[in-house]
Formats: sequence, structure tokens, C-alpha cells
Amino acid sequence: MSARTRVDRPQLLAIACGGALGALARVGVAEAWPASAGRWPWATFAVNIAGALMLGYFVTRLQERLPISTLRRPLLATGLCGALTTFSTVQVELLRMADRHAYGLAAGYLLASVLGGYLAVFASSALVRRVRAIV
Amino acid sequence: MSAPAWIGVAILGSLGSVVRFLLDDAVSTRNPSSFPLGTLAVNASGALILGLLTGLALSGEALLLAGSATIGSYTTFSTWMLETHRLGEDGQLLAGALNVLVSVVVGLAAASLGRSIGATL
Repeated sequence: MSARTRVDRPQLLAIACGGALGALARVGVAEAWPASAGRWPWATFAVNIAGALMLGYFVTRLQERLPISTLRRPLLATGLCGALTTFSTVQVELLRMADRHAYGLAAGYLLASVLGGYLAVFASSALVRRVRAIV
Repeated sequence: MSAPAWIGVAILGSLGSVVRFLLDDAVSTRNPSSFPLGTLAVNASGALILGLLTGLALSGEALLLAGSATIGSYTTFSTWMLETHRLGEDGQLLAGALNVLVSVVVGLAAASLGRSIGATL
């Protein structure tokens, strides 16, 4: 039970609120930009890169710039960015591309997602730190 | 998409996010290493479940709610990328590369396994 007493209710509520917003935004983008079989999944790609950009910004800013806040990170990072982006959908999209023998598309999509996501975190973290260095 | 479905997306998205946090926290607390095992556990199990739902041939709003809303929010791409980037920044280049490689291999294997299981049910 000791692990249970550690659970912080306001923190879980913040994650739930951010998660609801992230899920609504991701599903909204997917509905507006439906994926067609054998094509580049633009909706998933867009939310994943945007979410990685946002997470790098929020985490770097909250950890290194702003005074410690207990609820901003669960709301914005764990909740919003965590739910806005998705790993499982990418894996199933890759399997569907492989089903159609679209191996080039699958390799390109995987590579672009990983490189793009990494560069997005790198860029937004660097931006927050550069602003700090100037101000 | 119906209004109740949007409400369902919000509720299930928050549920997926809270469960992700709790599992990540439980795994990370039990395995205090710099390698982000918590996120790997979340993403691998989520890929397995989403594979299972696809194998079961769910469609329409059922797939949207169980798959996109719940499992989509449960798994995360942004945290995976952030943790990979921070490992690289800490000079743990091998761990960072392994975090990408292992997640992809395990994720694809899990989704594929889930889909096969779903198709036989």
C-alpha cells in the first residue's frame, strides 16, 4: 500500500485533463486528414512531430527556466504531449505498409518519424536554452 | 463522428494517459536505471493491444474509441523521442541508439503478435 499513498490526486487529474485534450486534438487531426492505405500517414506524422516539438519545449522550460511547478508538467508534458503523440498507431501503420509490400514507404516513414521527432526535441530544447542565454 | 463519440475520446484519452503514467512510474521505480524501461513497457504493451484490436477487425467508432482514443493516448511517441534525445545529451549514445532500435523491433513484433492473436479469436 505504500506505493498507493504516493499517488498524488491533483497530479493525476492534471494528466487526465491534458490527456483528454491531446486525444481530442489527435483524433480531430486524424478525422480531418483521413489516412488512405498505402499512402504516407500525414495525420499521425504531423501530431507526432508537433508533439515532440512541444514536449522538448515544455520539459526544457519547466525544468531549466521556470520555478518548479507541480502541475504544469503532468498537464502539458505527460498529459497533453503524451496523448497527442502515439507510438502504437505508427507500428500498426508500418505493418499495413508491409502487408502491401510497400517496404520503401515503411522504411521512409519510420526513418522520417524517428529523425524528425529527435530533431524536433533537439530544436525546441535548444531554442529554450538560447533564449535563456540571451535574457 | 457523433457528439457522444467525442466525449468518449476525451474520457478514454484521459484514462489512457493516467494508466501510462502509473505503469511508467511503477516500472521506473522498480528499475532505477537511466534506460527508459517504463516508456518501453508502455509502448510495447500498447502496440500489442492495438495489434490485437486490428486483428479482431474492429471498425468504425468501436476501433476509434478502443484504438485511437484509448491505446493511442496510452502509448507515446514524444516521450520516447525526448528520452532518446536526453540519453544522447548525457553522452549515452549507445543507450540512446538502443532505445530507438529496441522500441521499434519490440513494437513491431508486439503489434504483429497482437494482430495474429486477434485474427485467431
